[in-house]
Amino acid sequence: MESQFQFDWQAAMDSIPFLLKGIPYTLLISFGGLAIGFVLGIIFGLLSINKSRFLRWPATTYIEIFRGTPILVQVLFIFYGLPDLVGGPIEPLTAGISAIALNSGAYISEVVRGGVQSIDKGQTEAGLSLGLSRSQTFWFIVWPQAFRRMIPPLGNQAIVSIKDTSLFSVIGVGELVRQGQVYIANTFTAFEVYFVVALMYLAITLSLSLILRLLERRGVASV
Amino acid sequence: MTQIVEMKSLNKYFGSLHVLESIDLTVEQGEVVVIIGASGSGKSTLIRCINGLEEYESGQLSVDGSRLEPKGGNQQALAEIRKEVGMVFQQFNLFPHLTVRKNIMLAPMKVKNNSQVIANATAERLLSRVGISDQADKYPSQLSGGQQQRVAIARALAMEPRLMLFDEPTSALDPEMIGEVLDVMRELAKEGMTMMVVTHEMGFAREVADRVIYIHEGKIVEEGKPADVFDNPRNERTQAFLSRVLAH
Repeated sequence: MESQFQFDWQAAMDSIPFLLKGIPYTLLISFGGLAIGFVLGIIFGLLSINKSRFLRWPATTYIEIFRGTPILVQVLFIFYGLPDLVGGPIEPLTAGISAIALNSGAYISEVVRGGVQSIDKGQTEAGLSLGLSRSQTFWFIVWPQAFRRMIPPLGNQAIVSIKDTSLFSVIGVGELVRQGQVYIANTFTAFEVYFVVALMYLAITLSLSLILRLLERRGVASV
Repeated sequence: MTQIVEMKSLNKYFGSLHVLESIDLTVEQGEVVVIIGASGSGKSTLIRCINGLEEYESGQLSVDGSRLEPKGGNQQALAEIRKEVGMVFQQFNLFPHLTVRKNIMLAPMKVKNNSQVIANATAERLLSRVGISDQADKYPSQLSGGQQQRVAIARALAMEPRLMLFDEPTSALDPEMIGEVLDVMRELAKEGMTMMVVTHEMGFAREVADRVIYIHEGKIVEEGKPADVFDNPRNERTQAFLSRVLAH
């Protein structure tokens, strides 16, 4: 059978306003989740390199669990599983943000650990020898240098997390993919609509890459 | 005379390796003590014990009246000592994310709570003292090795230390830059700073040191005025070491 397929530009254009309604949710889940994930990453990343084994252990446990299980399973567990435990429904949006936060937090912990450990021990020694306390030495000397090195892998994680939100269509959050599915259910224009959806993801991730590159370039002169 | 450093039968191990073996050492105020010895002899470890960058296992150590306990005990004393003792490292260890000026201002502002104005005045005074006033707003990576080490000296001096430790300050420098760093150290000695210097610069040791200490395998083997140690070493190990380093 010969394919009679032709890309329907009109259908693609028509879908845009409906699809755009999904973008605020995609952005809210991604960046809300990443913001919390960043805080979790700093906390657990620093705990994972603490001298005390009792602080390291919970950190590495958290990291291994959330890095070692699929984010789809995590969000399904939070949305369908946790209500049994807490005795009430969990909003899809809350479930989505929590899943991104916990999942990205585990990866960001490793980014933080790597960044901090990459700073030469001589920096800490110089700070201590000047009379700075351990925490002053860390926050004024080690952390700013480590953070600059963390920007590229953090950008990586942000892009991965933005794309991960597409999985949350399964719990019915009206994000980009979910909007696409709903639209296609009425119009049967899968090719055009998913093409537009893909372009929208690309627009978000490319803007982020650009911002990160500018951020990095600004820091280059001083390190 | 006031004793700045007092070490009594100090012992330090790295695992089963006995790096410092019952070291007895006092340093008087204003004295310049140069410590020489082969690499791995424990000379760097010795001065790193004084500001607590290395912990020691047994013995006694007081620095400027504060008693430092073995195994990192007495954090309070350690904090006091670090305010009074400056250190210059082989690899400079300047803070690469801060300008030269900010490198020098950081500790006075955070540790001594100096105002920005005062810390800045201190930085400018010290930079002109080490001869690099014009580089204040550059980043360390934009300076030569010799300039970086002079900034490191200025940074340590900004805390107005009672004792300066130098851990092979010229070993990472290109030969043509060693002189400018030694000049600054020479000036400092002349002004009466108490200094402990680990170095391979025998000419500097002979000229500037009040006392030279030779360390071999974690023990002080010979100690005396530079002329005595260099010209009439009594211990055969010192003789062997000096003949190796002075031969070329």
